[in-house]
Amino acid sequence: MSPLRVRIWRGAETGNFSEYEVPREESQTVLDVVTYVQRKLDPSLAYRFACRVGMCGSCAMTVNGVSRWTCRTHVAKVADDNKLEIGPLHNLPVIRDLVTDMREFFNKWAKAKGQFTGSRTRHEEFERVAPESAERQQVDAGIECIGCGVCYSSCDVVSWNPEYLGPAALNRAWTLEQDVRDAAKGERLRAVAGDAGCHSCHTHMSCTERCPKQISPTAGIAGLKRAVLKAALKGEL
Amino acid sequence: MNARTQAWLWIGQRASAAVLALCVVVHLCTIIYAVRGGLTGAEILSRTRGNFGWLGFYTVFVLAVAVHAPIGLRAILTEWFAWRSPARDWALLAFAIGLAFMGLRAVFAVFT
Repeated sequence: MSPLRVRIWRGAETGNFSEYEVPREESQTVLDVVTYVQRKLDPSLAYRFACRVGMCGSCAMTVNGVSRWTCRTHVAKVADDNKLEIGPLHNLPVIRDLVTDMREFFNKWAKAKGQFTGSRTRHEEFERVAPESAERQQVDAGIECIGCGVCYSSCDVVSWNPEYLGPAALNRAWTLEQDVRDAAKGERLRAVAGDAGCHSCHTHMSCTERCPKQISPTAGIAGLKRAVLKAALKGEL
Repeated sequence: MNARTQAWLWIGQRASAAVLALCVVVHLCTIIYAVRGGLTGAEILSRTRGNFGWLGFYTVFVLAVAVHAPIGLRAILTEWFAWRSPARDWALLAFAIGLAFMGLRAVFAVFT
């Protein structure tokens, strides 16, 4: 197999792509390519990874312009004529090379009231949630988010409106709104309504198309719009 | 503007879109019916003058436009031109009033 020609972003907000030649391997992932460059060609290259098996959500980058989890993206699937262009995620400040500042991304989870608020104490019985109930199934559909930022990086609305909470935070809010144990539903709906929240979504569905965990934040955001509508009509918003 | 008002703007835009969908279908059907054998001002006026049905229909149509268009324009101004200050909403309120005024004026002109 002929070697890969790889262009990797070097710098911060300003910088340029540097070109490297990387040997092609069987079952090679994009993360393998970046790791090869850092270990064999240029130790100053900055990038993030941890688990290497699609659990931690730390290795997301753009590959040939598309945001992806690199540890589970095979080169064979994405290389264009044996060429790869690897850059940092979009819509986030670049710290260095392939490392972005994820603070705003996670701060928005907090703004969307992304934390569970229970109503029982340790002295009470566990609340029982039937696995086949409609609410639990909705939670199941969205709960596997690993916080990689691929949806946030792919979202046009985030790039147009920096206040927009983004697909991941809204998906998190939706799973909590469907959690029958949660006691902060009204407060959370107020936090996710309006210009910065679910009502700004244009339903482009880039988040749903790109989510490596096959979650549909678009469906969750639509659910939030319905929930806000019901609350508004009842005068509870 | 608080999140509750913003949510109501979204609801207003969706509800007015539903009204507009119906109004546009009726309007297009009327045009197709009306242009048979040529279209004249006198023919239009003979249909609309003193007709409370058309007065009511086009009043609803104009009001739905006056609700729908400024809210959509608000998203465009926010996302494409980064205009997020309160002045944007005042300007759009003036735009909505202008649309309603001009539209209703036209509706009454063909009624009386």
